[in-house]
This record gives sequence, C-alpha cells and structure tokens, in this order.
Amino acid sequence: MALKPTHDLHDRRYGRNLGVGLTLAAFIAVIFGLTVVKVTRGDFESPRAATSASGTAAETEDTQ
Amino acid sequence: MSDASLNPTDLESDAQFGDYFALLKPRVMTLVVFTALVGLLAAPAEIHPFVAFCAILFIAVGGGASGALNMWWDADIDAVMRRTAKRPVPSGRVTGQEALSIGLALSGFSVVFLGLATNWVAAGLLAFTIFFYVVIYTMWLKRWTPQNIVIGGAAGAFPPMIGWAAATGGISVESLLMFSLTFLWTPPHFWALALFMRKDYDNAGVPMLTVTHGRPATRRHVLIYTVLLAALALATGFTSAGGPLYLSVAIVLNVMFLKGAWEIWQRDEHMAETDNYAVEKSFFKLSLLYLFLHFGALLAEAAVDRAGILWAGF
Repeated sequence: MALKPTHDLHDRRYGRNLGVGLTLAAFIAVIFGLTVVKVTRGDFESPRAATSASGTAAETEDTQ
Repeated sequence: MSDASLNPTDLESDAQFGDYFALLKPRVMTLVVFTALVGLLAAPAEIHPFVAFCAILFIAVGGGASGALNMWWDADIDAVMRRTAKRPVPSGRVTGQEALSIGLALSGFSVVFLGLATNWVAAGLLAFTIFFYVVIYTMWLKRWTPQNIVIGGAAGAFPPMIGWAAATGGISVESLLMFSLTFLWTPPHFWALALFMRKDYDNAGVPMLTVTHGRPATRRHVLIYTVLLAALALATGFTSAGGPLYLSVAIVLNVMFLKGAWEIWQRDEHMAETDNYAVEKSFFKLSLLYLFLHFGALLAEAAVDRAGILWAGF
C-alpha cells in the first residue's frame, strides 16, 4: 500500500487547524502588545519603587 | 489501521473553525462590541488605545463565551425552532460537550485577562454578566416565566457599563443610564420578533409572552415598554451623558418607535397575517437602528465634549 503524505483527516481538518493556529498567534501578539504597553507605562512598578521614585523627584525639585 | 479509521462516520462531519466561531453568536457580539465601545469611549478617563482594544476584545470574548454556554444548555429547544435549528450544536456539527468546554474556558480567560488589562471592577462586571446570562436567564428564567426577556435583558445591557468601568474603574449615573437604555429596549425588540416568528416559541415550549398571555397582551406590552423606553431615552438627553445632538436624534427615533408600537397595538392577528407581519417586521428592524443610533449619539456627545475641552485648551 502506498504511503500517502497526508491522511484524508489532515485535509478535512486543515481549515480548523489553520484557524486555531492563527487564533493562538493573535493571542500571543495581543498579550505581548499588552505587556509592552503596561511595562512602558510603569504599571508593573511596585508601590515602594513608585514612592521612592516620586520621593527622589521631589528631592531633586527641592534642591533646584 | 490508524485511529482515524476507527469511527469514520463521526469524522465525516468534522466541525470547521467557522462552526466554533458561530458558537460565540457573532451577530450578538456586534451589539456587545458596539455598546461596550461607546461606554469605554464616552467615559471621562484616558485609556491607552491598545488597552482599550484589549478591553473590547476580552468583553467580546466573554460575551461569546456566554453565547456558547447558552447553546450548550438550550440545544434541545434550539433544535425545534426554525430560527435556531441550524446552530452548530442542534445541527450536530459541534457536540454539546465541546460547546460547554469552549464556553467555560473562554469565560475564565476573558474575565482574568480583562482584569489584568484594565481593572477588577470591569472584570467582576463581566463575570457577573456571564453568570447572569447563563445561569439566571438561560438555565432559570427562560423556561420558567414570560418575564424571561424583561429580566434576562439585563445581561445584554451590561456591556456599556463594563466598557465604562474598564476606562474609569467604577460605575456612574451615565453608565447606569446606558444600561437602562438597553434594558428597556430589549422587551419590545424581542416581543416584536416573537410576534412574527409565530410558531417557533410555541413549538419549543418556551413561555414567551405570546405563548402564555396571547398576542393581544404581547402587543399591549410592546406599547407599554416602548413608552417607558421613550421616557428614559428622552430624559437621558437632559443628563450629563446627553446634549442637544443626542436629544435631536432621540426625539426623531422615539417618535418613530412610538408610532410603530402604537400601530402594533392597534392591529390584530388577522390584519398582521394579511400583510405577513409587515408592521411587526419593520418595527423589529427599526429597533436595531434605534439602539445603534442612540449609542452613536451618546458617543458623538462625548466626542463633542472632548473636542470642546481641547478647543478650550488652545
């Protein structure tokens, strides 16, 4: 019996697999984009870091 | 022998990606996306455009998840209604178990990611909306009381509140007004549909008002709820959410809507059958336009306000 490179099952499920693959790729892109936005805006800074950052800024202003 | 040949009849009807997407009720999702977007953009808060996009995406996925859970639970009655018989579960393209799994997975996913992307007030509202639509409406009210549409309509009314909460982190009078607008719009919209879909709900045994109280009572209820809706829609024009632009749109649309409801009330079944429910069908179409234009006007008012602030800044 000759070996077929793809089973009939693969042909039937091609569209479905492609859709799931593209959805997962889009999901990764969304999460990556969201992470970039959150990190660049400083949303993930700890409260202590944010306080010390603002304290440093205030000290800098005082000395000027 | 491969496992693929074990059950060839099942594999002949492999569900395609579109079948799974159809589980999410894409047409309902457009309403969810639009009203949530208006809530989000009309809110007096700055939100990063990509975060806003993610918020709308997760709200849409949450709405879709509740649609999948609704199709899982209602497969038996969907199968006997002409309008719903071709849905993926009753038509056999997707199994009920798959619909349940997808619905549960996407529910959890959408709530958690909305919380992470925006805030937990918005995520909590989305979780409550899914719970309300699936458990309160689908599992409980729909097969129990003719008021199913009235109370269950709350589920469809939450998206603008979620959008607002995603931007502001809270609830306000304006977001409650947007909720109320959709909440009061739902009964006349669905009862008009029930009037011209005739036998569908009868066959399924769903206690729609047309089945339990008859068609004349349904026509009366359409008029009563339209009057209440018009009062609310016009009153909204005098709040901080409204303005002259919204009020102009609301006056025109509500006069048209009241006229349609009045005509529905004036008609009996003989008149409706004569013209194949032309008035009921045009009222249903108008109801779709009604909601889209009201929310569009609210969005325009918010845009005008923002432009005014920007202009004042120069």
